[in-house]
Amino acid sequence: MRALAQGRTVPVMAVVAVIVLIWYAGTFFLNAPFERDQAARAGREIAFGELLERTMAQERPVLPAPHQVFVELWDTTVNKAVTSRRSLVYHAWVTLSATLLGFAIGTALGILLAIGIVHNRAMDKSVMPWVIASQTVPILAVAPMIIVVLNAIGLSGLLPKALISTYLSFFPVVVGMVKGLRSPEAIHLDLMRTYNASRSQTLWKLRWPAATPFLFTSMKVAVAISLVGAIVGELPTGAVAGLGARLLTGSYYGQTIQIWSALFMAAALAACLVMVVGLAQTMVMRRMGERP
Amino acid sequence: MKRSTGAAQPAAARPAKTGAGPGRAGDGAPTVISARGLSLTFETDDGPVNALSNVDLEVGRGQFVSFIGPSGCGKTTLLRVIADLEQPTGGTILVNGVAPEQARLNRAYGYVFQAAALYPWRTIENNVALPLEIMGYAATERKERVQRSLDLVNLTGFEKKYPWQLSGGMQQRASIARALAFDADILLMDEPFGALDEIVRDHLNEQLLELWARTNKTICFVTHSIPEAVYLSTRIVVMSPRPGRVTDVIESTLPRERPLEIRESRQFLEIAHRVREGLRAGHSYEE
Ligand SMILES: Nc1ncnc2c1ncn2[C@@H]1O[C@H](COP(=O)(O)OP(=O)(O)OP(=O)(O)O)[C@@H](O)[C@H]1O
Ligand SMILES: [Mg+2]
Repeated sequence: MRALAQGRTVPVMAVVAVIVLIWYAGTFFLNAPFERDQAARAGREIAFGELLERTMAQERPVLPAPHQVFVELWDTTVNKAVTSRRSLVYHAWVTLSATLLGFAIGTALGILLAIGIVHNRAMDKSVMPWVIASQTVPILAVAPMIIVVLNAIGLSGLLPKALISTYLSFFPVVVGMVKGLRSPEAIHLDLMRTYNASRSQTLWKLRWPAATPFLFTSMKVAVAISLVGAIVGELPTGAVAGLGARLLTGSYYGQTIQIWSALFMAAALAACLVMVVGLAQTMVMRRMGERP
Repeated sequence: MKRSTGAAQPAAARPAKTGAGPGRAGDGAPTVISARGLSLTFETDDGPVNALSNVDLEVGRGQFVSFIGPSGCGKTTLLRVIADLEQPTGGTILVNGVAPEQARLNRAYGYVFQAAALYPWRTIENNVALPLEIMGYAATERKERVQRSLDLVNLTGFEKKYPWQLSGGMQQRASIARALAFDADILLMDEPFGALDEIVRDHLNEQLLELWARTNKTICFVTHSIPEAVYLSTRIVVMSPRPGRVTDVIESTLPRERPLEIRESRQFLEIAHRVREGLRAGHSYEE
């Protein structure tokens, strides 16, 4: 166990270290022109040491230094009450709730569509092209319209954002589940036929369990993409709350540190969500007698 | 071109229902499967394939019929037609006096595929219970029947195991148990022991005969092995390919009680010889 853990920790840490180093270098080179400019205007020379120090501590840097982002993250998560509008945890929760709702609706919708497609020739022919076409529309263009239209009919808050998540997340589920529900071998299907099993019996006793691994794989993609959907859905809401709002206000006021910390929060959230789905998969597959 | 090497068993007191003791009818038993001029042509990209051509077949209740023949002679296809998994393109076939589809809807047969075809997410007992669940047996009866069928194939103690935890032979036995769990009086078996080693195969052959004697099922059994066919069957159907057809039907003269040693007897070797001759005759069309 220990050896295994070490075996993975060392390379991961090495990669992280390299990334941080490159990041610091980038911070210096991207922020240096501004400092040189300032110095030139003030009509004085700037030494390298001072330049380095100043590039790492700008208030609105082009690229904030890692420690700046870290301090901001710490400050807005640990040092603020979670109910506060200035708490990143609060904003993350706003986004997360829309993500989860959208993911749940999207998964259910995807499963229902897949079941329909697998069982109905007409649906197979007619629905799949639309499902694919839906994903070629740029979500950034559609999201504001969905929000505006839903607002007009009196829907606001969580649901419109969740629906954008749904719009993105049902797609991998449909594709994965169609494949999964069609994955049983001919011989397994023949067996059901010899028993004179009904279609719903074949679905629940054969197709569904056979599709389970496919479902989890597509749910991993779907949950990550749901988060993207929720964030995109927050952009046109007038920046009220949520990680998307943090990104938007951050960019209005040039608060790059805020943008970056929101980005990190989003990434961490996505990683957690995918991990939770992965854990659920491991548990379910174990209960289904998967070979360890 | 059917011939017969003597009558089989004297038709003793014929059992009216399944499970009615050892008295079993050979010839003259009520017909369970009857095919006339059965043909099946697969339309493939490389043109039509004559998988079955003008096959006549009569199988009586309680018979053990083996189908033997070279690869591609339509054995599987014939079994699948009987089971309504494939539609014939010509001729007629009746199973239990009705069309195969009706027989399938009546759940008249259990089918053992060449591969065990167990569902990997079900334990052995749940695999065996699958047809019972589908056919709506009550939970208590399900349990009882699962136990009984696992017992029949000597798999007691492996109920909670998953298929991958069992050897190939055990998996195949589980799939036989699954076909035995419900009251189908016809058992269709497609090379069920094809992938097993000789010793396991002998053992399973013995068990299958024992089971047949106990349950009075009608068994259609596909095999590539001449000794296996002769050892098990009351009747051997020899088939040949291109087009797939029946070239010989041999009635076994062996007694019903068949210890493994019977395979060294003269009678056994004579029947085996005839089967081999039949196979050779079919083969000479090729190459
Ligand atoms: N679904 C199918 N489509 C097209 N051709 C098929 C199909 N199934 C079988 N055939 C062809 O029909 C012929 C008979 O096949 P079948 O599987 O019945 O042979 P078999 O006697 O069972 O052979 P084996 O001993 O190898 O299992 C073969 O030539 C095969 O290629
Ligand atoms: Mg075959």
